[in-house]
Amino acid sequence: MNWQTLIFGNLSWSVLPENAIAWFGALTVIAGVLAVVGVVTYLGRWQWLWDEWFTSLDPKKIGVMYIVVALVMLVRGGSDALLMRAQQATSVGDSYGILTSTHFQEIFSAHGSIMIFFLAMGFMFGLINLIVPLQIGSRDVAFPFLNSLSFWLFFAGAALINCSLIFGDFSTAGWLAYPPLSELRYSPTSGVDYWIWSLQIGGLGSLLSGVNFFATIVKMRTKGMNWMRLPMFSWTVLGSMTLVIFAFPILTVTLALLYLDRTAGMHFFTAELGGNMMMYVNLIWAWGHPEVYILILPAFGVFSEVVPVFSGKKLAGYTSMVFSVWAIVVLSFIVWLHHFFTMGAGADVNAFFGIMTAVIAVPTGVKIFNWLFTMYRGRIRFESPMLWFMGFVVLFTLGGVAGVVMAEPPADYQLHNSLFLVAHFHTMIVSGVLFGYFAGLTFWFPKIFGFKMNEKWGIRAFWFWLIGFILAFGPLYLLGFEGATRRLDHYSSSLGWQPLFIVAGIGAISIAIGFSCQVAQLVATFRDYKRNRVGNDPWDGRTLEWSVASPAPSYNFAALPIVHSRDEFWEEKHGASTQEQKFEDFSMPKNTGAAVIVSSFVFLLGFGAVWHIWWLVIAALLGATIAVLVHVFNEDSEYAVSGAQLAHREAGLQYPTSL
Amino acid sequence: MTDEFDRSGILSVDEKSKDSTIVFGFWMYLMTDLVLFASLFVVFVVLRGPEYGGASIKNTFDLQYVFIETIALLVSSFTCGLALLFAREGNVRGTVSWLLATFVLGAAFVAMEVSEFSRLLAQGLAPARDGFLSGYFTLVGTHGAHVTVGLLWLLAMVVAIAGRGLSRGNMRKLALFAMFWHFLDVIWIFIFTIVYLMGVL
Ligand code: HEM
Ligand SMILES: [Cu+2]
Repeated sequence: MNWQTLIFGNLSWSVLPENAIAWFGALTVIAGVLAVVGVVTYLGRWQWLWDEWFTSLDPKKIGVMYIVVALVMLVRGGSDALLMRAQQATSVGDSYGILTSTHFQEIFSAHGSIMIFFLAMGFMFGLINLIVPLQIGSRDVAFPFLNSLSFWLFFAGAALINCSLIFGDFSTAGWLAYPPLSELRYSPTSGVDYWIWSLQIGGLGSLLSGVNFFATIVKMRTKGMNWMRLPMFSWTVLGSMTLVIFAFPILTVTLALLYLDRTAGMHFFTAELGGNMMMYVNLIWAWGHPEVYILILPAFGVFSEVVPVFSGKKLAGYTSMVFSVWAIVVLSFIVWLHHFFTMGAGADVNAFFGIMTAVIAVPTGVKIFNWLFTMYRGRIRFESPMLWFMGFVVLFTLGGVAGVVMAEPPADYQLHNSLFLVAHFHTMIVSGVLFGYFAGLTFWFPKIFGFKMNEKWGIRAFWFWLIGFILAFGPLYLLGFEGATRRLDHYSSSLGWQPLFIVAGIGAISIAIGFSCQVAQLVATFRDYKRNRVGNDPWDGRTLEWSVASPAPSYNFAALPIVHSRDEFWEEKHGASTQEQKFEDFSMPKNTGAAVIVSSFVFLLGFGAVWHIWWLVIAALLGATIAVLVHVFNEDSEYAVSGAQLAHREAGLQYPTSL
Repeated sequence: MTDEFDRSGILSVDEKSKDSTIVFGFWMYLMTDLVLFASLFVVFVVLRGPEYGGASIKNTFDLQYVFIETIALLVSSFTCGLALLFAREGNVRGTVSWLLATFVLGAAFVAMEVSEFSRLLAQGLAPARDGFLSGYFTLVGTHGAHVTVGLLWLLAMVVAIAGRGLSRGNMRKLALFAMFWHFLDVIWIFIFTIVYLMGVL
């Protein structure tokens, strides 16, 4: 080993991008970072960012930061998607499109990984942070510092995955990196290691959040909020966090073993010397199937709040809604094999997993019927959260039916890894998960900022997304039936697929316009915030979060509410329940930059591990450990709030006039 | 969203419920660790097939040696329990002494494991040799790494308790440490049974 590898590991000049499009990606990232740094410096806002945001332990602020990062990642993943659509629309016959095969493979691998881990998971934890403590009548989460650490680990993972745009390449092995392709022999560059370490770091953040919010909902509910009074969003989050707790450690192990194979020459998943690659596929899906339900359950929760509010009725079938959440939680652990019926586990095994998979449609159907019953004879207001629901309920049901089709092993032998599958899961994740989170963001935005989002742009965004979605993914169902497999970077013109791929490309452009409308919506929202200012309860809400001021104060509740019924706030408004305000002293956690410091070290650790810079790995590990210890043994981490002082303030509470 | 308050003084309102939340959260963390070990056990069992050295390793495990290791860890769990008992009585000296005893036993366990590993390596039985050995070293090594982290935590506790006494925060951390340490004991019993006993018998 010469001195150069000792210091720089595998890094060298040759790791910089190789072609024009890759350079464009790299320069965009660099320009983006420089622009943000420049603007913040120009405005002199670093101190403010640090004091008010980065070091904040207020879950509402952490939630906003999660959502900001998630939306940036949506831009990244969306650019990947547009490139893929451009390639597939043009790379036919004698024309080879705009991307090389390798680059195309890197792009679809990055697209899937980023969308799941850094868009969907980030958006989900963002919404959970914003609303769960408010909804259960709590001032905070169970472990405020851990919450900040989760966010910053998530951020470190997101930063690491985007480093691959500049230094080196990314994995070409797909978003789940099946071996033996992902093993060192077939993927000798550091691309797979970027995949491993950014997911490992982001996944660790998710795991910690899972523990945190599980404990929060179990232990921090306010007085009187027994289980059957818990709002539906919080129920679904509890289910989702249960899945996180049981599924994410499997991912941690799987990624670690793959790294050991690649770096220490071990034989967990290799094709020789006793390795077992099908074990990898089992492990990754034992995490991966629960993962898709981790994402969808909170979206179900959002709609279970949105539909009653915009229908002016209470949620139909609350009890069956709760049971169906738990049915889904349990079932989602015994269906993973439906992702590889074609592995050849035998008819009996396939039959078992096929039936279990089809059975999941039952609790899901229960939910859909309950939402529809809630709307039945309601006075429905079609504001944008409700529009997202309307789009969701139709498309999601169709996507679910497509899932049940593939749950039959004989059918799946035809459809597996075809574009039909791709259409299925995008229907579930885009028109299910993402529409749900958009609805949630629009719905709860006023509670966090004190003003509503611009409705006009919101409606435009919805229609572009909806039509774009149908155009982009409808053709994929048809192409799947015609035998088009996933991840093609080129096909023969005699197949006649090109027109459908062009339609799909147009759909992708429409989605991009929809997203631009959302950017315009945000700009308009903040520009006109004075005009859009609202009070506590802009939508005629039903649950506790609507009982406090908008924006909600950092301590959420000056006096902790006591719950007497399921829709406590609704009952109060209609005189069926009253709160007596009892102001008590309490303590709040002090801001701390410890999570930022720990996560910076973890980022360096990941970077070192990707490039085999071992001194950096050791130094970063040491740094992170010391930073954690210093924080943990610091007993001066809280400050006191006086109840009397608060009572005084609350009496004359004004809505803040500036941001 | 910013509110300024008098930030002086620490109130110890609802410290009790805070304790119970922390213990609950730590239980949940241990559940995640349990799933982590369960996955490693599954991997180990899947890769244990005899074709790639599984049969030959049979003769290389020294059950007696591992048994002594096991005793060291089990006794350290006992001494850790004693430290907790003394802490509850407010006896700083007793607490610190039993914690140090725990440290010595835990360190002995780690040392024995390391020397076991180096003996195997010297015989050419390295983790990169085949799937079985990869599974063996990773499962047992992950447990060993947990014990090592536990030892560091333990040292930090000793320093903190010697310095600040048995404050509420230190008591809390001590209780969590004890849970962690007993948990590692339980995992080890599974390792002893599944890896060593079933491997040798
Ligand atoms: C009615 C409920 C559902 C059923 C019956 C179902 C069924 C299936 C089946 C059988 C497959 C495997 C097909 C194959 O690989 O050949 C599959 C794949 C997939 N499903 Fe679903 N699914 C359902 C709901 C969902 C939901 C709610 C989501 C996400 C939120 C989702 C996301 C996915 C993903 C991401 C994949 C595969 C990804 C890949 O192979 O890369 N599914 N689904
Ligand atoms: Cu699945």
